[in-house]
Amino acid sequence: MAVAIILLLVAVASVLFHIYSPWWWTPIASNWRYIDDTINITFWITGAVFFAVIAFMAYCVFRFHHKEGRRAAYNPENKKLEWWLSIGTGIGVAAMLAPGLIVWHQFVTVPADATEVEVMGQQWQWSYRLPGKDGRLGTSDARHVSSENPMGLNLDDPYGKDDVVIQDDLHLPVGKPVKVLLRSIDVLHDFYVPEFRAKMDMIPGAVTYFWFTPTRTGTFEVLCAELCGVAHAQMRSKVIVQEEREYHAWLEKQRTFAELSEQRGVAKAAYKADSE
Amino acid sequence: MSAIILYMAGLAAIAGWWLSQQRLAAKPWLEEGVIADSRGEALPSAKVGLGVFLAVAGSLFALLISAYSMRINMADWRTLPVPRLLWFNTGVLVVSSVALQWAYMAARRNDLEDVIVGLLAGGASAVTFLIGQLLIWQQLNVTGYFLASNPANAFFYLITAAHGLHLIGGLVALGRTTAKVWRGVEMIRLRLSVELCAIYWHFLLLVWLVLLGLLTGWTDDFVDICRRLLT
Amino acid sequence: MVDIPYQEVTGIPPAEVADVELYHPRSWWTRYVFSQDAKVIAVQYSITAMAIGMVALVLSWLMRLQLGFPGTFSFIDPSQYLQFITMHGMIMVIYLLTALFLGGFGNYLIPLMVGARDMVFPYVNMLSYWVYLLAVIVLAATFFVPGGPTGAGWTLYPPQAILSGTPGQDWGIVLMLASLILFIIGFTMGGLNYVVTVLQARTRGMTLMRLPLTVWGIFTATVMALLAFPALFVASVMLLLDRLLGTSFFMPTLVEMGQQLKYGGGSPILFQHLFWFFGHPEVYIVALPAFGIISDLISVHARKNIFGYRMMVWAIVAIGALSFVVWAHHMYVSGMHPYFGFFFATTTLIIAIPTAIKVYNWVLTLWRGDIHLTVPMLYALAFIITFVNGGLTGLFLGNVVVDVPLSDTMFVVAHFHMVMGIAPIMAVFGGIYHWYPKVTGRMLNEALGKFHFWVTFLGAYAIFFPMHYLGLLGVPRRYHDIGETAFIPASAHDLNAFMSVAALIVGFAQLVFVFNMIWSLMKGKEAGGNPWGATSLEWQTPETPPGHGNWGKELPVVYRWAYDYSVPGATRDFVPQNEPPAGLMAQGVHP
Ligand code: HEM
Ligand SMILES: [Cu+2]
Ligand SMILES: [Cu+2]
Repeated sequence: MAVAIILLLVAVASVLFHIYSPWWWTPIASNWRYIDDTINITFWITGAVFFAVIAFMAYCVFRFHHKEGRRAAYNPENKKLEWWLSIGTGIGVAAMLAPGLIVWHQFVTVPADATEVEVMGQQWQWSYRLPGKDGRLGTSDARHVSSENPMGLNLDDPYGKDDVVIQDDLHLPVGKPVKVLLRSIDVLHDFYVPEFRAKMDMIPGAVTYFWFTPTRTGTFEVLCAELCGVAHAQMRSKVIVQEEREYHAWLEKQRTFAELSEQRGVAKAAYKADSE
Repeated sequence: MSAIILYMAGLAAIAGWWLSQQRLAAKPWLEEGVIADSRGEALPSAKVGLGVFLAVAGSLFALLISAYSMRINMADWRTLPVPRLLWFNTGVLVVSSVALQWAYMAARRNDLEDVIVGLLAGGASAVTFLIGQLLIWQQLNVTGYFLASNPANAFFYLITAAHGLHLIGGLVALGRTTAKVWRGVEMIRLRLSVELCAIYWHFLLLVWLVLLGLLTGWTDDFVDICRRLLT
Repeated sequence: MVDIPYQEVTGIPPAEVADVELYHPRSWWTRYVFSQDAKVIAVQYSITAMAIGMVALVLSWLMRLQLGFPGTFSFIDPSQYLQFITMHGMIMVIYLLTALFLGGFGNYLIPLMVGARDMVFPYVNMLSYWVYLLAVIVLAATFFVPGGPTGAGWTLYPPQAILSGTPGQDWGIVLMLASLILFIIGFTMGGLNYVVTVLQARTRGMTLMRLPLTVWGIFTATVMALLAFPALFVASVMLLLDRLLGTSFFMPTLVEMGQQLKYGGGSPILFQHLFWFFGHPEVYIVALPAFGIISDLISVHARKNIFGYRMMVWAIVAIGALSFVVWAHHMYVSGMHPYFGFFFATTTLIIAIPTAIKVYNWVLTLWRGDIHLTVPMLYALAFIITFVNGGLTGLFLGNVVVDVPLSDTMFVVAHFHMVMGIAPIMAVFGGIYHWYPKVTGRMLNEALGKFHFWVTFLGAYAIFFPMHYLGLLGVPRRYHDIGETAFIPASAHDLNAFMSVAALIVGFAQLVFVFNMIWSLMKGKEAGGNPWGATSLEWQTPETPPGHGNWGKELPVVYRWAYDYSVPGATRDFVPQNEPPAGLMAQGVHP
């Protein structure tokens, strides 16, 4: 009796916890509402199965626990019941998988008008780069990294000269799809902004990507979601989503790669001249 | 990962075939009494054990091949020249396998002398093969193909080492079989030991031929041809 | 009464496999230490696994203390936290659960349940244990080497695993890989035994469909482990070469702390493929034996045959096969080709169907049963709850696009603890309470057992159920401290503190269990040969604990499946597998 009640209580408490939990996903700030919807569908289906199984079990314990003189039924199998249960399960699984795959298809199909943004991870900081006037990002390689060229841009690539190298946080215009190109120059990292829902690992030696459209303005915290060494938890940054106008005002103030290298070159020359 | 998937599919087919012989659809609660066991003809446990071990070793090599064929696509791969000695070694390994097969056939004829000759010839040629492989390593090292200088080299050393270590393990078993001859163990039990050695040798020969195809790039050409035929 | 030889009665030939020549120990050393008796090896495996498991348990306390009360325990710094999770995860998954289920339960139960005298290759079986012990010692040694154990996470992903930004770069990672390589070698020796024993040494009448599900579970898991561990082996060897000899199997061109390293061109993704080709089957390697054990516990303690035995067997085989084609569901956000997502999400969710069938059949076995709420039965019920819970959250993570926001958060940590941490541990405890009387001849104390059960089950559920919601919120895993993060409310810290307190309580309850094991060894109630009234062969041995060779002079003969409980018309509510049918009894055949 007591056991049956406790088992049932576990199921009831789980459901109540789910309903009243103050810990829930962050308010969404991207177009990936579909992902949230798929999670919700999954919660409904799995929640029902969970409760049904536990409640049935609790009932059995309550109804059939050992008493003097009780003898169990002899019932090796019931093909029909097993088939129905399998088919029902199959339908439930399909009901979760189908929306999942449809949304995944959207997730991996980048719209043609998405603007590119590059995020580079390294132990333990983030750097960002935007394509310049030509709309294209220059190539890069970890081999080119040096103190003058911390992002490892390919100096011979003309497309790279006008790339905008961002010195602190990333700004994005609201409502415009972005394709986030991800790379790393040392270990795996993962560019993770909970409000955007999307994330992807960054792999040294390769460029990965995901896309999304910011849907509301605000400041969002960037975390690293792939273990990258001791300071993994401290690898933070911010993404600031702004109205188009403010965004452009900010963009005006940013420097291109060429300008920055020149500046560095000048500084270096000055330093050399000083020390000579 | 296609090599290992293919390999697993092969194993699954064998397992499926075996399970299909096991009356898995029987309703055991209806079958009281002793049922004649469907274990098929009696195989010695040692032989079954060897079979299972070969499946495991095969999985190891299939995984190495998978890793190889994924890594080869990266930009920094520089295929290394095929050392001539490799062909000689392959020949020696074939001889070794043939010698053990011969020993096994002699064991079936109860011809102890030929068994001894076969075992010794098999062992000697296997040792020759290993020495040959070491010589290849040395040649590669002298000509500047170091382990760490290119992934192609690294894989070459790794794969030949894995194969060589398996052969060394086999030599231990072969040594124990030879010792049995010395101790004058009866022929029936000897026959099994010799047979197991022969099977293991054939397996390693087969693996070696596959690896050789991989390391010399033939497999690539072959896959290419297949692809062209299909499209 | 005349004794008629079996052949004449049954018309079947004598056992095809000659009675094994048993190895007979000649001294105390070969009887209890370097023993080739599977039962002794099983106990050695179990004790070693539980001892190293205690280390992992203590590490989990330390991690929980840090997470619940960040900053309070100054002796836990970020790099130590990483070392703790790595060692905790690796020990729990491989050195505790895999070793305990296969080396412990497998060694003890397989020969007894199939009616054999011992494993078929006892010497190799003994070596298996000693190599395992060596692996454990090498692993434990990493706590004492300069730099300490590796902090690469149990997944050991390169490049990070072998670079200096990760603790334990000098010795920790090298010894960890060496230990894994040893473990795999040792396991392969044992695994060959378990598989071949089931194939070859079944006693007369023991067809595959008469095997208890425990044997099916352990057998299938062993086959999977034999085929999957080589992937970890290859990955470990290659990573070790990258670390020690500077090859670039996995290492790309990279700049570490402003320094160009000499690596180049390698593929970190390749490692992940190899790791998960092992890693996913590994989940089922600890789950399938648990499935088997739970099926038997439910059946025995509900005095009812397992419902749908055939489906249960087919499901085990189907799960075993399918689990080799789902590995990349751990890599949805790894940057592999996005189109793999479609394939792997589909295969992953398909596995849910045979798994669900197993769950239905367990609860349907309870239906109209005669449920004895013994400690093993309680553990079986708890297993179902935790396994269903963890299995269902697996449907979130397997459904590729849902995994995108949830991967690498505490949701994942909660999920795998439920499904491959707590649930298998429930099966382990249930199994121990169930078979302890056979191993020692004495019952474990029931009151202590119930106390241990309730605290462990409810406590563990209280740790890991709420944890999912931290993951939904967006708390990443492997963070020693979530710190000042705008989207994390203060109440999340309270929840963390609550989970930590629960973890400490659960941890201390395990001391009760250890005490019970030791105390009952001397003071426990005498069990007799078959205290639960079970049908399978291990309960029908002439002596308890079973003697050397298990069966006395004659091997048992099997006349029925393992689930003849409450058969209509039978006098007792169970009929042992080796009890001859009435017709044969009349002719004078004895069980
Ligand atoms: C009461 C028991 C346990 C507690 C309190 C506990 C606690 C923890 C904690 C706090 C973490 C680190 C989470 C993070 O920061 O990412 C962790 C990780 C882990 N635990 Fe447990 N654990 C327990 C039992 C188990 C068991 C039985 C297993 C067996 C499968 C297990 C397997 C793992 C694994 C594989 C990891 C991941 C390590 C990594 O991220 O590399 N744990 N556990
Ligand atoms: Cu990180
Ligand atoms: Cu998996």
